[in-house]
Amino acid sequence: MNTHVKITKVESTDLSRRTFLVGTAAAGLVLGYAAVPGLDSALAATAVSGNFDPSVWYTIGHDGIVTVTCGKAEMGQHVSSTMAQLICEELGAKWKDMRIQLASNDPKFNDPVLGAQITGGSWSTLMNFEAMSRAGAAGRMALTEAAAAAMGVPAGELVVRDGVISHGKSKKQMSFAEIVKSGKATKTFTPDELKAIKLKTPDQYTMVGVSVPQLDIPAKTNGTAKYGIDVMLPGMVYGAVVTPPVRYGATVKSVDDSAAKKVPGFIKAVTLDDKTATTTGWVVAVAKTYQDARKAAAALKVAYDGGPNAKLSSQSLFDEAKRLQALDDSGEFFVKNGDPKAALGTAAKVIEAEYTTSINIHCPMEPMTCSAEQKGDIWHVYTGNQFATRTGAIAAGAAGVDPKFVVMHQMYLGGGFGRRLDADMTVPAVQAAKAVGKPVKVIYSRENDMTMDFSRPLTYQKVKAGVDGDGKLIALSHDVVSAWPTARWGIPDFLSPSVDKKGPLDAFTVNGADFFYTVPNHYVRAIKSDMAQNATPSGQLRSVAPGWTFWAVESMIDEIAHAAGKDPAQFRIELLDGKGDNAGGAQRLRNTLLAAMGLAGYGTLTLPKGEGMGVACVSSQERKTASWTACVAHVAVAPSGEVKVKKLTVATDVGTQVNPDGIQAQVSGAALWGLSLALYEKATLKDGGIEQTNFDSYTPLRMSQMPEVAVTVIANGEHATGVGEPAVTVVAPAIGNAVFNAVGARVRSLPITAEAVKAAMKT
Amino acid sequence: MPNLNINGHNVSVDAAGDSPLLWAIREQLQMTGTKFGCGAGLCGACTVHLNGEAVRSCQTMVSDAVGKKIVTIEGLSAKGDHPLQKAWIAEQVPQCGYCQSGQIMQAASLLAKNNNPTKEEIVEHMDGNLCRCMTYARIQKAIMRAASEMRTASNVAGDRRHT
Repeated sequence: MNTHVKITKVESTDLSRRTFLVGTAAAGLVLGYAAVPGLDSALAATAVSGNFDPSVWYTIGHDGIVTVTCGKAEMGQHVSSTMAQLICEELGAKWKDMRIQLASNDPKFNDPVLGAQITGGSWSTLMNFEAMSRAGAAGRMALTEAAAAAMGVPAGELVVRDGVISHGKSKKQMSFAEIVKSGKATKTFTPDELKAIKLKTPDQYTMVGVSVPQLDIPAKTNGTAKYGIDVMLPGMVYGAVVTPPVRYGATVKSVDDSAAKKVPGFIKAVTLDDKTATTTGWVVAVAKTYQDARKAAAALKVAYDGGPNAKLSSQSLFDEAKRLQALDDSGEFFVKNGDPKAALGTAAKVIEAEYTTSINIHCPMEPMTCSAEQKGDIWHVYTGNQFATRTGAIAAGAAGVDPKFVVMHQMYLGGGFGRRLDADMTVPAVQAAKAVGKPVKVIYSRENDMTMDFSRPLTYQKVKAGVDGDGKLIALSHDVVSAWPTARWGIPDFLSPSVDKKGPLDAFTVNGADFFYTVPNHYVRAIKSDMAQNATPSGQLRSVAPGWTFWAVESMIDEIAHAAGKDPAQFRIELLDGKGDNAGGAQRLRNTLLAAMGLAGYGTLTLPKGEGMGVACVSSQERKTASWTACVAHVAVAPSGEVKVKKLTVATDVGTQVNPDGIQAQVSGAALWGLSLALYEKATLKDGGIEQTNFDSYTPLRMSQMPEVAVTVIANGEHATGVGEPAVTVVAPAIGNAVFNAVGARVRSLPITAEAVKAAMKT
Repeated sequence: MPNLNINGHNVSVDAAGDSPLLWAIREQLQMTGTKFGCGAGLCGACTVHLNGEAVRSCQTMVSDAVGKKIVTIEGLSAKGDHPLQKAWIAEQVPQCGYCQSGQIMQAASLLAKNNNPTKEEIVEHMDGNLCRCMTYARIQKAIMRAASEMRTASNVAGDRRHT
């Protein structure tokens, strides 16, 4: 798919080769990395005096206001505040003077590490901590040197604090505003100079680790925060989308607009010609108002050819997954240590199990929306999006122009969760605007949004474990069958080489399965289901692979522990011995598990009949970017099989906390996402279409279903890690294990239903 | 063209009487603080007040709002300083923030009648409002905080009356 969009490589940007510029512009001081890597100092000097165009990231106005341009999508993780906080720390500004603005899709705002504008993977803080810190520090040094010259004192004697630079001996001081107004703070840092800047050590922090108020929150309490849906363009008309009954692969045979023509304000029915292959069989009803567009959409009579997937169901996907798993030559190896097959042959006991997860829908509260307008050669696209680099390219593909002619204007996201990594909403907006020659705002109905989600794929996992005579885990084989969400992007850089050199695999389907337990013989196989890939174009749903791999791994570890007659938590602690490649990570994970156990009263509280506790611990998201997270779930199971979660105790080791209150919010929210996916959210495919259409049939957690959530954050001084996703992945297995602990029922399918629990209780 | 009284102002709106109030408010009057979430009364993102009652504006027709007082998030307080709005900031409630106008309007209709709600009363009153970021615990805390402030304010006012 997306054959017409060629992002073959993301621009790799090495910060260590970039010049940092501090220059004066009309608005004040402008600070950022040189837009072009390797820009030499002569060029940089020209840039400073002339068209100063740094890649990132902040300005200081004549009033001393520091405005940080955030190239990350602001979707409630308060990442823009976090970036501002990192700059503020090293710059020495006052938090009250910090402001944020959202970047466009201009490549100059690309992530310095990832080389693209993408927000996901719980990567932002982890990967931008240093770049933001150095940007702040460079700004402070430029301001300090200018102040020193103005005051006639050595720069080394100056102290920077709260936006004021002062000289103790002479009692002289200058505010950032005064220095900026002087126009003297101009400085270029070579890559080596930038690298040589000594950043603060944790004991010197005054901002990092402080719960400063998030900058985006006030606007979100009075209706002034602007989301994609709130964009208003002069002369704009509206588009309502008519989507086919089949999720993917349908084509429009005919459109009868005779009834729609009777709707006042109706302008045109536009059948999409989507060369990016993001959508299939979509029609947009364009009208003067959105009400009329919806009426017209309802009045359109569209005849479809359902295409090749029109007969498929969840059961077909499941059957196909089982078939693929059973083949010896399916898939590619993500992990291959020792000889699992041989070891399983010699094991004293072999345990095997199948774990499944259903299709899940993102359904952020703001349905997909996009406004598009052509002005001269340039297409202006307004939407809240997590992957501006690719989305701009898809919009360009829809418009039939080169991506350089598309400007994506970033808005606040009314929920992202991975849904807004996709770009489908730009296609109807651009093509409708092109067809009617006016700016068009397209707003999906909730039904469009749910049935056309780039969903979390249905997954099927088969795990076999071998234990020796002492109950020691000696072998584990793990097959993961699913659609491959990231392969769908068609960007080779986002795929990973397989260990058996069979070709690239989508690590975002198996991450997490490369856990930190020491198992001498271990393989993980990633198997792509083409049927699922074609029928249910899948996306990255908050936490992606670890949301299913840890469901399997952490359930299986529990099953093995019980089979070996060991306490499941103690069994994990033994496996986290920190040997070999697991050194460091295993110990951190062990410690978080111990913390969660202690905080929950695991093994010390006596629980009534029908109640139980279960543990799980995860290294989500990826081995290299893990936040070490453990959960103890406390559940009560009714004789009917109904599961009530009484408490989730979560401990997470994030290395360094930037905003502790923000981390609490993210981890609690992520844990409740995990609960919602574990018990309440299930989508199904029937006749090629998603059956759930609104919040009556797809039912995320509501307030009345919320248990007590206790989050403890461990900040041990290691590098800061991400917190938006990991806690999602630890909750479902903890609940499943708690259910087993409570009533002896092992459920291996998500979501966990009362019927499944009851059925498992009988056996 | 129907006339509406919204946030204390009389306005005429270019919308059919049988069209949802939500779109008239959002797209015609361009008061975009009120959000569209589901179009079916299932999520509460579009909650506004009609004569002081919290209603789903996606399920309320323009003709049903004629002659009534409509209040949206923009009109809840003159300066965005309703006790709930202050509490929402103090408790750092919003994440993505999209549902929060609806949450605040829903909560305001509770506190207008009952400034000392129990946790159970809050849950019952708020359960129709979805938050996909799952900020429910902070929403509860913020409602409790705002209620407390409103009680203090009314006690002070009461004391003044007595003296």
